[in-house]
Formats: sequence, C-alpha cells, structure tokens
Amino acid sequence: MRRRTFIAGFAAAAAPGLLRAAHENGAAEKPVRFGLTPVFLDDHVAFLRVWRQYLESKLSRPVLFIQRGSYREISDMLRQDKLDFAWVCGYPFMRLRRQLRLLAVPLYQGKPLYQSYVIVPSFNTDARSILDLRGQVFAYSDPDSNSGFLYANYRLIELNENPASFFSKAFFTWAHRNVVDAVAAGVARGGSVDGYVWETLQRDSPELTARTRVVEKSPEFGFPPLVARATVAKAEFEAVQQALLAMAGNGEGRALLKQLNLDGFAEGTERLFDGIERMMKVVDRASDAAPA
Amino acid sequence: MLRLRDLSLRYKIPLRASLLVVVTAVAVTVSLMFREYDELKRDLVAASTSMGRLLARTLVTPLRHDDVWRAYEVINTPFHASARDAAPQTADMVTVLDARQQVYVSTQPKQYPMLVDAARANPDFHALQQAIASSREFESTAVEMPKSDKLYVVTPVVADGVVLGTLVMGYSKSAFVPRFYAIAKRAAMVTLVVIAVLLPASWYWGHRFARPLVELAQGMGQVGTRIPPENAVRMDESRDELGQVAAAYKTMLKGLREKESLKREIIVSERLAAVGRLTAGIAHEINNPLGGMLNAINTFKRHGRDDPLTGKTLSLLERGLLQIKNTVAALLVEARVEDHALTRDDIEDTRTLVLGNAHARSVRFEWENDIVEPLDVPSTLARQIMINLMLNAVQAAGASGNAAAHVYRDSRYMHIAVKNGGAHIEPEKMEYLFEPFSSERADGHGLGLWVTYQIVRQLGGDVAVSSEPGRTLFHVTLPLESQPA
Repeated sequence: MRRRTFIAGFAAAAAPGLLRAAHENGAAEKPVRFGLTPVFLDDHVAFLRVWRQYLESKLSRPVLFIQRGSYREISDMLRQDKLDFAWVCGYPFMRLRRQLRLLAVPLYQGKPLYQSYVIVPSFNTDARSILDLRGQVFAYSDPDSNSGFLYANYRLIELNENPASFFSKAFFTWAHRNVVDAVAAGVARGGSVDGYVWETLQRDSPELTARTRVVEKSPEFGFPPLVARATVAKAEFEAVQQALLAMAGNGEGRALLKQLNLDGFAEGTERLFDGIERMMKVVDRASDAAPA
Repeated sequence: MLRLRDLSLRYKIPLRASLLVVVTAVAVTVSLMFREYDELKRDLVAASTSMGRLLARTLVTPLRHDDVWRAYEVINTPFHASARDAAPQTADMVTVLDARQQVYVSTQPKQYPMLVDAARANPDFHALQQAIASSREFESTAVEMPKSDKLYVVTPVVADGVVLGTLVMGYSKSAFVPRFYAIAKRAAMVTLVVIAVLLPASWYWGHRFARPLVELAQGMGQVGTRIPPENAVRMDESRDELGQVAAAYKTMLKGLREKESLKREIIVSERLAAVGRLTAGIAHEINNPLGGMLNAINTFKRHGRDDPLTGKTLSLLERGLLQIKNTVAALLVEARVEDHALTRDDIEDTRTLVLGNAHARSVRFEWENDIVEPLDVPSTLARQIMINLMLNAVQAAGASGNAAAHVYRDSRYMHIAVKNGGAHIEPEKMEYLFEPFSSERADGHGLGLWVTYQIVRQLGGDVAVSSEPGRTLFHVTLPLESQPA
C-alpha cells in the first residue's frame, strides 16, 4: 500500500516539475534519469522533491527520479538504457560491474561504510545471534540487497547452515524499513536490515526501533553506491558527480544530507565492495552446490 | 405490604403515578437500548462482511505470489489510525489461513505465529472449520461464538476455483460495549430528565386528586361525634364520581344538620310541655287551698274581732297569698273561650300601650300593622302575646335603642314579627329561653316568654327566635282557623 501511494504521489509531484523544466530549458533538453531503490528511506516524497529541485538547479537540467519497488527492476532499467544513474546496493553493483560505473559513495558517519544488522522483536530477549533464530520466520528486505539478504545468507553458510532450510519461512518485504516493521510487529521473528536504515529510523522514529533489538552486526561493507550506466557521456557523468560531491560544501546540500543522515558523497573506489563480491561468490557457490 | 396498603391516598396516588412514570421510562429506555444493540450488531456484521469480501479479493495476488509482506500490508490496512477512527468497530484480529488451515499471516502475530495450526492458536477455530468448509467463493460468513463474546467473519480467498486460503476477521462484541454504554448513558439521562419533569407533575396531580378524598375521609371520620362544618371538604363542582360523592356528602351533612336541629327542637318543646304539665299540676294543687285560705281571711275580717294586731297580720297574710295567686295564675295559662275576633283597633291598642314604655326609655319604635279585616284569632290572647313581645323588645333594645313590630297575615296564618337591636341572646341560653324563671333580668318575674309560649302553643301556633348581634327577632305564627288546644 505504502509503495503504491508513494508512486502515485511521486508521479503527481514529478509531473509539474518535469513540465516546468521542459518549458524552461527547451523540449529538446533530455532529463537526467535517476533511479532510486528502497536502499534508503524512499518514502519521503517531500524530501525527494526538494532534492530533485536542488539537482536541477545545479545541473541546469531537468532531473527525473524514477522509483521502483525492487532492486531488480532498477537494475533491469539500467541495463535497458531506461536510466542514466541509480542509487543501488553494493551487491547488484558487483553483479553488474561491467555495465556500470561507480559515480559516488555516500559518507555515513564520515566513512563510505555501513553494516548489516540482524534484528529480532524486542519481546525476544533470549536470542544472541542469527543461530538462535533456527526454525523461525525471517524477513529479508530484497533478494538483491547486500545488507538485507546477501550478508545473512553468507553468515549462515559461514556457520555451516543451509540458508534455504535454516528458517521455517523467509519472505521479502522489498524495503529495509518494512523489515523493521515486520520484526517490530512480530510477523517475522527475525530480520536482516541495513544498519544505516535502522540507525536513521532510530533517529526519526525511535518508538518503532524500540520494538526491535539488534542481535548481530556485520563487518563494515561499502555503502550502497550511486552508479552510472557505463555508456553515459563523460561530461554528463562528471556534471552529476560534481553536483553530488559538492553537496556537503553548501548549506542547502548539507540540509538535504542531514535529512538523509549522511555526511556527504565521495568518489570512492570499487575496492570498497570487495567484501561484498567475496560474499557473493561464497553464496553463489553454495546455492550452486545445493539447488533450492 | 400492610404498611404500604395503610398509607394515605395523599401519598399512595402520587407514589403509584411516580412508579408508573418510572416503569414506563425504564421500559421505553430498555427497549430502545435493545434495539440499538441489535442494530449495532447488524451494522457490525454488514460492515465486516463487506470488508471481508474486499480484503479477500485483494489478497488473491499476494497469496498466489506467496508474498507474505504484501498480504500483511493488505490485512493491516483496517488497523491504520485513520481507518480506525472512521470505523468505530474494527476487527481485533485479521488472520489469513493457508489452504491447510495454518496461519499464513496475522495482524496479531504473537497469538497467531506464521505456519502454526490455527486451531492450536485459538480453539475457536475448531468451530470455524465448518464455516470455512462450507463457505462459497468470496462470500463472507459471520460466525458467532456462543460461549465467548467473539464474532468471526470467514471469507475464502479463491483464484480460478482453487481455494488459496481463508481470511478470518475476529471481532469482539465487547468492542461495541463502550458505544452501547454511551447510548445507555444518554438514554438514562433522557429518562432522568423525563422523570424529573413528570415526577413533580404526577406528584402534584396525585396530590390534587387525593386531597378531596382525604378531606372527605376526615369529614366522614368526624360524623358521629359532631357534624363537620360545610367548608371542611373542598371539592370541585364536577359530575365525575368524586363530584357525585361530594354532592352526596353535602346532602348527607344537610340531612344530618336538619335532623339534629329537629331533635333539639323536639327536646326543647317536650321539656317545655313537661314543665307546662308540671306547673299546671302544681298550680291547680296550690289554687284549691289558696282559695280556701283567702275565703277564710275574708270571713274572719267580716266576722272576727277587731284586734289591730290580728288585722295587720291577716292583711299581711292576704297580700302574700294574693301574690301567690297572681303568680300561679300567670303560670297557669289557660285559653279562655273568646267570642271576640281580633280587630285592627285591638292591635293598634297594644301599640298605644307599649309606646309609653318606649318613650320613657327613648327607644325608637317602628310600627307596621297590615291587618285590615278582623281575624279569627282570640283577641285577648293575641294582644297578650303582642304586648309581651313588644315590651320585651323595648326592654332589650336598651336606652336609645330601637325596636320594631310588624303584624301581617297570609292565607293561613297571622304573623307577628317583633325585633330589637339590643344585645343578642347567647346560643346556649336559647334552649332555655321559654322556660319559666330563666330570665336573669332583675325586673319582671321571668314568666313573660313562658306565658307567651304557652299561649302560642295553645292556639296551635309557633314561635321562632333568631338572634345575632344587633338583631333579635321573635316571629309568631298563629293559625287563622285556630281551635284552642
């Protein structure tokens, strides 16, 4: 429901801006198409509009935010040239690294790094690790999410467990925030969630996170990066990259970053995501060996 | 119960009216509340079955795709704050069961964890199996749990004729208890207001209704010891039963009063008759020796010795005996046969006789004589009556008072009305008025009225006296065809 209302709201918010931009800059001007995934808190429609207007003013071009319910759809759109840029997760970036170029990496608490959390409902006071959730119902965020899926699977394999049968049932909520919701309500008795999202929710909605408890934190991984389609023109790539990197340098940009609970954007290197690539290989091997 | 029955109507009627008011108000309120309760329940079933059909259709895709989160979001919709405010009755629990009757997802995940057999999570689901098995495609069935306060609405989720699962919505009937209480409270308030308005009205009405009955009862209670005064019972002039009772009561009082005065009159006249017989007997007994004694003195005076002392003694005896004779003669009123009818001049003579007396006392004496033709009434006796009454009136009027006499006739009676404006006669003296020697006056021998009474009775007439301050009236009626008794 939330997703659907969001899309409707987004379309309503985006359409006038788009028309105005087209009118101001000439119909020939192609908008910058920016894909967004639920890696971050994607339900702040008002925030997205302000951010879009900020980028439009910096780029002097219309910007189009395109939001989809799953990572897979955004990945597909990137490959089909339906998007120029996207904010994705390190996991799909590693899968599609040949078709994508690293645009920028957000800085969270000063570093381009984040963690994956394993959370349980707060009424579960016993669980100490993911191993204590055997036979329970578990919530993942997205099959293409590192923190919301890949890491938990990797961790189980590392612990010599079969991710396919360790839980009595596992389901996807298609957003990190929903994982927190599902665990807080007790629908799932455990969940794998982006640590940055959980911390930001604790800042914004402490009553929600208070109904959950973090039992495990992963090592640090490269923060979900902003990527460009490999075929994007160099000038365009650099313009967008500059607009992002410069955000921490002006008040308006800092205000937006503060809402995102980020410190800024850095160029970053692909090496940041080596850990994710390693886990990906381990998990792929395991699932090849034991087809579900 | 006895005490209540003995209670005065003054309280009993208002109490009964109040009881009626209260019972009516409570009965109306209770029946309204029961209707409201039924309506609440019907509303609940209607709203929840339509909600069930809607949710079940929406759940088809999530169930087909095994999308737990989407299914959860669908069933959680009614629980969002905004939806909750709009619908006063919200399900306590919405649970989706899979085809094997296991919990697929629930809004109460703690009570209904996923994959758990529904009947284990809640024994009520045993009873729901029947409804689940028999329910048709997307048709909601409301199942009431007889022993608990739960109401379940069961809707199958069907795709292409295949049952994917079942949507179960649980409602607590106690959910509308607060609303029911709110209605009850409002109804109670209205009832109280109605009672507050009706109670004083019914109390007043009851009191008003009871008052004449109470006064009547008190009046009736007094009858026997004394006759209650006319105005003791205030009753409206009406033709209803109370009015009839009041009229009968008044008639009865009037009869009693007449009987009472008749009784008193009889007693008085019987006493007077007895006194008359006694005095007549004594007078006759005295008269015989008296005549002998007077004869003896006469004889002695004519033939006895002329002794001055004896002559003086005899003269003293004779005077005393003559006084006794006069007194006895006065007591012994006897109607002598008269051949002489009463003429206008006879009546005028009496006036002349009395006027001198009146002048001496400066009493204004009014005179009216309507008699023209001679009346067939013994003239000496009639005149004696008139003189007695008129002298009495002049006497009673007091110095510079006034007195009046009116003599007239009708077809059957001669009327003599004599009145004076002096001090009136006390009611307690009235009974003894005509008895001999009853007068407390210093002068006179107290036989005037006695004699008058005796004459009137012997002539077959009647004397009526009425006396009030400033006006005392003696009214004598004498029959014109009178035969001396």
